[in-house]
Amino acid sequence: METLRALWSYRGFIIGSVKRDFQSKYLNSILGVAWTIIQPLSMILVYTLIFTQIMQAKLPGVDNTFGYSIYLCSGILTWGLFAEILSRGQNIFLEHANLLKKLSFPRLCLPITLVATALVNFSIILALFLIFLIVTGNFPGWNLWAVIPLLMLQVLFSVGLAITVGVLNVFFRDVGQAIGVILQFWFWLTPIVYPISILPEAMQNLISYNPMVGLMAGYQTVFVTGEQPEWSRLLPIIILTCFFIYTGMRLFKKHSAEMVDEL
Amino acid sequence: MGSITVTDVGKAYKNYPNRWSRLAEWLLPGNKVRHKLTWVLKNINFHVSPGEAVGIVGMNGAGKSTLLKMITGTTQPTKGGIEVKGRLAALLELGMGFHPDFTGRDNVYMSGQLLGYTVEELNQLMPDIEAFAEIGDYIDKPVRMYSSGMQMRLAFSVATARRPEILIVDEALSVGDAYFQHKSFDRIRQFRKEGTTLLLVAHDKAAIQAICDRAILLNQGTIAREGEPEAVMDFYNAMLADKENHKVEQTVKDGGKVQTVSGTGEATVEEIALLNEAGKEIEVADVGQSVVLSIKVRALQDIPKLVLGYGIKDRLGQVMFGTNTYLTEQVIEHIKAGSSCCFKISFPANFGVGNYSIQTALVSSDTHLENNYEWRDLALVFNVVNISKQHFAGCNWLSSKIEIIR
Repeated sequence: METLRALWSYRGFIIGSVKRDFQSKYLNSILGVAWTIIQPLSMILVYTLIFTQIMQAKLPGVDNTFGYSIYLCSGILTWGLFAEILSRGQNIFLEHANLLKKLSFPRLCLPITLVATALVNFSIILALFLIFLIVTGNFPGWNLWAVIPLLMLQVLFSVGLAITVGVLNVFFRDVGQAIGVILQFWFWLTPIVYPISILPEAMQNLISYNPMVGLMAGYQTVFVTGEQPEWSRLLPIIILTCFFIYTGMRLFKKHSAEMVDEL
Repeated sequence: MGSITVTDVGKAYKNYPNRWSRLAEWLLPGNKVRHKLTWVLKNINFHVSPGEAVGIVGMNGAGKSTLLKMITGTTQPTKGGIEVKGRLAALLELGMGFHPDFTGRDNVYMSGQLLGYTVEELNQLMPDIEAFAEIGDYIDKPVRMYSSGMQMRLAFSVATARRPEILIVDEALSVGDAYFQHKSFDRIRQFRKEGTTLLLVAHDKAAIQAICDRAILLNQGTIAREGEPEAVMDFYNAMLADKENHKVEQTVKDGGKVQTVSGTGEATVEEIALLNEAGKEIEVADVGQSVVLSIKVRALQDIPKLVLGYGIKDRLGQVMFGTNTYLTEQVIEHIKAGSSCCFKISFPANFGVGNYSIQTALVSSDTHLENNYEWRDLALVFNVVNISKQHFAGCNWLSSKIEIIR
């Protein structure tokens, strides 16, 4: 409760940091904010061109030229948000070691700023993606609302995990190195680039223990077919979200005082 | 009103024998302790009352910064408690949170918010901050274009934009040029007048004595001395010289002043007196009167080289004048044990009205840090009164002449 009040009184700092983070990226460039749009836009275009026009890849069971491109983007874009929060989160306390060592302020400001920044970036990308869907006539319709709970769940999961590894990384620097490797494997062990159906049966069962599978499948279902996701497949990630949020906060509470001594 | 209470505080860092033992301590059941604690601060107890100014001195590594960090809240004490009442501002690290690519104005908002101000407050304070920093049009230029002095000016202006109830200052921070140093010190003094509690970390004797009511000497993680600034600073000086475990003695003289005598003791000041021109001992001198300081030194052992140094200090302990026979090229060589010599130092007592003390040092070269035979504070006390001159202010007499042209 007290933590929340302290955070609230630093809201100005958090908002300012997000703004600054955003501005600092483009401050000295001529095109400025345009780069925020150019980058994801080029990504969407490249995937669409390569997979639908050049490779003529088709998604099994989907009769749409853009099907595979949409499938790919809906996975990659949302995975990008997850990866950004996690990879920056594991380093968050180390990155701001100077600030933490020398100034006294609510430390949770840092992860909150990080998440807010990531969400701002993501919302730009998402908006572009939606425009792309409208332009190509593939707008999923009213079931799009399902993305909101999926995103909320994903952000909570990422935050819990990020704080957990962020704290651990201060004490065991191996964690940060490991996260980079794990994220690689994790990405390819999640059906994002390929559809789950191309995997052998045994592998499909095994891979369903991966908490990100249900989530990604959710996005893909909504964006590609415009249907409701299979909510029951989200159970593993919901459980893990609760676990990591609890562990993260507990680790943070227990070790935040000691953290400064290790930085 | 701001106060600080430090109760039985200790700070230790955990030391693990190897990389794995922390992991083992975290993961293995049984709560077995696998680290050793390295104590950097122990049994620290003090209280700073509202409106008081306290100086903290100590050598590098004595634990000063750790103590300040615990008071400001960036790090937590391992043991004991610290209670801080009132809004605290710390001038320890100026310019934290400045981003080089943003303008000074943007950075004022950013670092101001980091210090806990709201945007509305900063809007109000902005004109004052700009005016005090005196960086002109640069306020709207990116901070990377600033000189380091300008950065410090701006950072100081933000940090002190509003009078805090407690101000913590690290004296090592010298803000910009001499002009701004005066200006910033004036601001600190002004805060103090308005009731701000001050905690000052300094290496500079003058700063502590000029502004503090009390001083605390930290040595090897404990409070070695606490009390009246001059006595603590004298003890500190003696301790600096005390590299080879010389004796350091402090005795309370008449009037509550503490005399510090330290050194290895090969030589000693046997007699010291202030004489008038007629050679008669005096305790009170008129402004400008010719006086002779007579110091008789006895060697207790054979000494290859002897240098006598002396300093005349005002009532705050600031040295008004000081020199030694090394500087005047009058080093005495090969002194036999038991022999003595007398130094006659004559000068006009061109001091302001007040109470002065003389410190003496018997050393072998320029500084008292090597071969310190004897260091004696408050070896002699005398008063200066104004009988023959017109009234004047200040700590010394310049026979100035004012010419008026109209």
